[in-house]
Amino acid sequence: MPITKKRATLILEDGSQFQGFSFGASTPANGEVVFSTAMTGYPESLTDPSYSGQILVMTYPIVGSYGVPDDEREDGLSKHFESDRVHVRALVVADYSDEHSHWNSARSLDQWLKEQGVPGIYGVDTRAITKLLRDHGSMLGKITVEGEPTPLGFENPNTENLVAAVSVAEPVTFGNGRHKIVVVDCGCKNNIIRHLLRRDATVTLVPWDYDFTRMDYDGAVLSNGPGNPRLPFATVDNIRKAMEIGKPIFGICMGNQLLGLAVGAETYKLRYGHRGHNQSVLLCGTDRAFITSQNHGYAVDPATLGPEWENYFVNLNDGTSEGIRHRTKPFFAVQFHPESASGPVDTEFLFDEFMDMVIASK
Amino acid sequence: MMEKDIKKILLLGSGALKIGEAGEFDYSGSQALKALKEEGIETVLINPNIATIQTSENIADKVYFLPVTPEFVEEVIKKERPQGIMLAFGGQTALNCGVKLFENGVLEKYDLRVLGTPVQAIINTEDREKFNAKLAQIDVKTIQSEAVTTVADAKRVARELGYPIIVRAAFTLGGLGSGFCDNEEELDVLATKAFNYSPQILVEKSLRGWKEIEYEVVRDRYDNCITVCNMENFDPLGIHTGESIVVAPSQTLSNNEFHKLRRLAIKIARHIGIVGECNVQYALDPESEDYRVIEVNARLSRSSALASKATGYPLAFVAAKLGLGYGLHELKNAVTKSTSAMFEPALDYIVCKIPRWDLGKFKGVSRELGSSMKSVGEIMSIGRTFEEALQKGLRMVGQGMHGFVANKDLEVPDFDEALSRPTDNRIFVIANALHCGYTVDRIYGLTKIDKWFLYKLDGIMRLSKQLEGYDKIEEVPDALLIEAKQRGFSDFQIARKVMNPCGAEMNAEAMHVRIHRKARGVTPFVKQIDTLAAEYPAESNYLYMTYNATAHDVDFVHDDRSVVVLGSGAYRIGSSVEFDWCSVNAAQTIHKSGLRSIMVNYNPETVSTDYDESDRLYFDELTLERVLDIADLEVPRGVVVSMGGQIPNNLALRLDGAGVPILGTQAADIDRAEDRHKFSQMLDQLGIDQPRWKELTSLDDIYRFVDEVGFPVLIRPSYVLSGAAMNVVSNRGELEGFLTLATDVSKQHPVVVTEFIENAKEIEIDAVARDGEVLVYAISEHVEFAGVHSGDATIVFPPQKMYVETMRRIKKIARKVAEGLNITGPFNMQLMAKDNDIKVIECNLRASRSFPFVSKVLKVNFIEIATKAMLGLEPEIPHKSSFDLDYVGIKAPQFSFSRLQKADPVLGVEMSSTGEVGCIGEDYYEAILKAMLSVGYRIPQKNILLSTGDARSKTEMLSSARMLQQRGYNLYATKGTAAYLENNGVHAEVLHWPDTNKQPNTLDYIREKKIDLVINIPKNLSESELYNDYTIRRSAVDFNVPLITNARLASAFVHAFCRIKPEEIQIKSWNEY
Repeated sequence: MPITKKRATLILEDGSQFQGFSFGASTPANGEVVFSTAMTGYPESLTDPSYSGQILVMTYPIVGSYGVPDDEREDGLSKHFESDRVHVRALVVADYSDEHSHWNSARSLDQWLKEQGVPGIYGVDTRAITKLLRDHGSMLGKITVEGEPTPLGFENPNTENLVAAVSVAEPVTFGNGRHKIVVVDCGCKNNIIRHLLRRDATVTLVPWDYDFTRMDYDGAVLSNGPGNPRLPFATVDNIRKAMEIGKPIFGICMGNQLLGLAVGAETYKLRYGHRGHNQSVLLCGTDRAFITSQNHGYAVDPATLGPEWENYFVNLNDGTSEGIRHRTKPFFAVQFHPESASGPVDTEFLFDEFMDMVIASK
Repeated sequence: MMEKDIKKILLLGSGALKIGEAGEFDYSGSQALKALKEEGIETVLINPNIATIQTSENIADKVYFLPVTPEFVEEVIKKERPQGIMLAFGGQTALNCGVKLFENGVLEKYDLRVLGTPVQAIINTEDREKFNAKLAQIDVKTIQSEAVTTVADAKRVARELGYPIIVRAAFTLGGLGSGFCDNEEELDVLATKAFNYSPQILVEKSLRGWKEIEYEVVRDRYDNCITVCNMENFDPLGIHTGESIVVAPSQTLSNNEFHKLRRLAIKIARHIGIVGECNVQYALDPESEDYRVIEVNARLSRSSALASKATGYPLAFVAAKLGLGYGLHELKNAVTKSTSAMFEPALDYIVCKIPRWDLGKFKGVSRELGSSMKSVGEIMSIGRTFEEALQKGLRMVGQGMHGFVANKDLEVPDFDEALSRPTDNRIFVIANALHCGYTVDRIYGLTKIDKWFLYKLDGIMRLSKQLEGYDKIEEVPDALLIEAKQRGFSDFQIARKVMNPCGAEMNAEAMHVRIHRKARGVTPFVKQIDTLAAEYPAESNYLYMTYNATAHDVDFVHDDRSVVVLGSGAYRIGSSVEFDWCSVNAAQTIHKSGLRSIMVNYNPETVSTDYDESDRLYFDELTLERVLDIADLEVPRGVVVSMGGQIPNNLALRLDGAGVPILGTQAADIDRAEDRHKFSQMLDQLGIDQPRWKELTSLDDIYRFVDEVGFPVLIRPSYVLSGAAMNVVSNRGELEGFLTLATDVSKQHPVVVTEFIENAKEIEIDAVARDGEVLVYAISEHVEFAGVHSGDATIVFPPQKMYVETMRRIKKIARKVAEGLNITGPFNMQLMAKDNDIKVIECNLRASRSFPFVSKVLKVNFIEIATKAMLGLEPEIPHKSSFDLDYVGIKAPQFSFSRLQKADPVLGVEMSSTGEVGCIGEDYYEAILKAMLSVGYRIPQKNILLSTGDARSKTEMLSSARMLQQRGYNLYATKGTAAYLENNGVHAEVLHWPDTNKQPNTLDYIREKKIDLVINIPKNLSESELYNDYTIRRSAVDFNVPLITNARLASAFVHAFCRIKPEEIQIKSWNEY
């Protein structure tokens, strides 16, 4: 428990207020308030660029128990995190555990958030907040901290191109494998790159609007990323060109939505977004189902897909599309996170399938 | 997709409750039967545990109250010809039985399909060597070990691995015969013993201090696989998971560790070929991601019951459906009813399981915790902070503790020793150590409990010290008061820390805290357990209360239709599944009567805490504070306090005092039965006899009273220094010894002395009354004479050896008492009769342990009638008398002495059985035989050892000895017994007493398994047992030789197996009687 307790308040755009205490940076924040039902993996989630612009509410009440690892790097990537910084604008938890215990911990969550300049609030009823968000859809919100200046107001991050904000500025290359994989960085999680490197790839991470079709590559991965999929138009144009070339394409989360848009399908906002580690998807036309890690508020409408495309996976809870694939060509994408980190690792085989396609198309 | 040709399924239950195998299997079995019924499948259940829900009407189509052994199961199969059998729902008992049926070809012979995990897969998980080899195939690490079949080999392996090592016996429940050894001497003793339970033992490297983590895995036949829950043991490896505090989900695991172990669990379930549910236990290095798989249970388990309750995911129900061939993706989430069962619950709370021990009930037992299980029950608490869950849980355990702090001081002579050698007191030793200034680091060094948990405990201690800084509750700042409540402090704890009142004012001051905090708006909130952390809407009636909230999840309808049923809490010696049966039946009757049933209970092993058994389930405390919180919110029509045993019964007066309406017999009348003086006075007024007794405060008074009534007497001290609370003493020496050594006699601590009538018959009456008028009743008799606790006695219903005159007089007494106390609802009386002279021993104005037994034997549901009477409805009274029954029911106790190392397996006035069975037979002897075989006795092959105590017991046993001789049994006897038998024309070979070192020796014969049955009758009712008798009894238990210590019971058993051959036992289902 931090020794001095400073009051903080989470205010939602509908006027609801939740009083708690401040931890992390004692600065105000605003953004879109979303929740995650994941019970573990806060260092990974907080550094996931998909959360850019968002205030994250953890439904699991006790957070911070195993501290935060150090900034060690491996293969040019942060070893323990999904990017080089915390992307959430603020963190909301019920019971922050400052005293932490883990062999791999280098600091408390409070210290880390302070280093990163990101505020946190604890001591609020996260279940009550989650129910509001569930029923109203995501809401804008802001956090005020006792004695600190209040931000001007609510700010909708979804009106800006968040992908552009989190993408790399220049192409970066990782590893030295046999297969040349280009990853379009819409807010790419490090674990996508780690998975490719483990499968004998040289990974080139390119900016979201980079025309990678001019590069010499064996396969393309469209990464996850934050915000509204309708904003990164340049990426969609490049995907269309890449499909002409015909090399394998693998989209993940935002990448799935962009691929859908590229082939003329529609995307829409879900009534209840999928955010957690426990969503199950069915591989269409089979009895095989998988538990997946998910974090998305938009989905592709499979009814708007052309005849050459089919639904790849569906969500077992609400029947929404969880992936699309081309009936004959090596193009496919999934709405969930096969790279996990954090979350279940049951669909990692998709990376194997992608690499098999890459090898087959060489 | 379902297996279309399966129309009839046999399900094996787990039998009597025992340590390591308790109520959780009533829950799993009931869920499975529910799942099968939904599919229109005919179900046959074998389970002699008559007090369970699963053996009630409308659960299974046919119930056999028969032993779950291969012989009886085969007979049932022969008769019923089912197409499928389910082995995963009856614990280790059902699993072992299933493996034997597979191995001896019975399953094949009757073309019986095992639904769910195949038997070969089960065998691969049970046999350690096969298991390790199987997991090595997929590069999964197991604990380095070797299976051996001799003690010499065990020593060799231990030398190779290096001490400390752990010995595990294969094919046993809850680690029976297992333990740690630090050196060769210890190994010698343990290995010898373990070989008696198992032909094979495993010697393995000890990983003491590693974290212990469990995953519950579900897999379907399409290879879809999920982990429903993971759990982390508070206590590190070295303490059996059944003895450990456990939290769910895990708290100290990083994402990598969590998902690494999850991935492995799924890989293992797939490789083994689980169809249904299994549990994977890991040891995890606290300093790296290194791990070992400890074991896999290919069946529903205590952990899976806990996981079901912790998450709301009905594991047993789903496992049964998967056994029928469904895929997970084809089933729905039972809580949301709209989302898929193929998902992993997301918790937005923490649960804490804490074991309940009753080691104080046993004489001589070792209190140290280790790798085998001794706890008799458990609780589960739910909170939104660890501290809240833990403190709630420590109160729920129900042994007078108020949470982590504010308890009675514990005497700990040596903290270092007590911390490093944990006992059932461990958590309170930690509390005292923290209080005395031990640091988290130091405690970690001694206990290896993860520091995260210790930091939290330290936080509770600091908060407690902050509260001590105030003297009046009004001075405590709101923020501190709220924080204390959020960290699980009860009003009682706060009162003790702030006002620190002395004894009598304690309750009033706790109430003062309540009034103050309510005025300050500090009240708890009700939250739902919905399996998905509110991500989707769910109409869940599964609730708990927390102070870590600002909004309720549910609305409260004040329409005078809500009726609260208080459940029974943790299973303990003296209160277990039978009160769950009563609570569930009461809730069902309330619901069927068009009212809203609200259950309050916190025992994860029960059916009453299944959210589909009531309209609302509060999985929360049964303390006055919490029940009042619930009553404040729900404003019920009334509260039922008579179904859950003594815990709710004890709340009656205080609930009434707080203005909560009590249904049925009024609180003041309950008090008149509970208060010894008031009750005695009433009996005198009604002209009902009772044993003479006095409450005395000095030794002189005691001696004077004993001179008046004569020995033996029953002594009940109100303050116990050591040992059991009650004792029968037969002479002045024993009396002095007991009073000076074991108790403190003073004005503050009076002693109740009661005359003890020897060789009296003990009789029970279970009845239901309305407005003082008896509606139904059942009289049953004990096989044993009075002096054996009614919970340990063998009970016969209807009575077979009772005068009609006695029956009539007991009925009259019951009527008078019912009228005198104006009873509405259930009640039970214990009486003793000698030569038609009848005395009342005690009266409880609540359901008793025997209600399910008499209800099922008579086929009249006493609880339904009692509940209707309490609700003011017209119960249907069947015109059925026990005289009409042309069969006999026997209720027999199940003991778990084999798990309680060093405990003396002798019966006395304190109860020591952990469970019971109830069997029905054509006559007394057939019922006795079925019941005795159901609790683990075996019909002896050849050799019987007799040591028959005092003269009266010797006479009692003489006809039995003759009969045994006639049937060709070889009789062995200790010296005096042999001489007595010889004088009466029965030959018995003399075996020398253990301490004589003379051959042939009793001990060697027991150890070498040359004896098939030991009948050892203690010399007198005192507990000053001789070393020899104790050693014979204890050896019999340790070497798994059936033991009987009561002459009346021994005689009944001998007559039963001499008269009836095993093949003559009738295989009849409940509805065939």
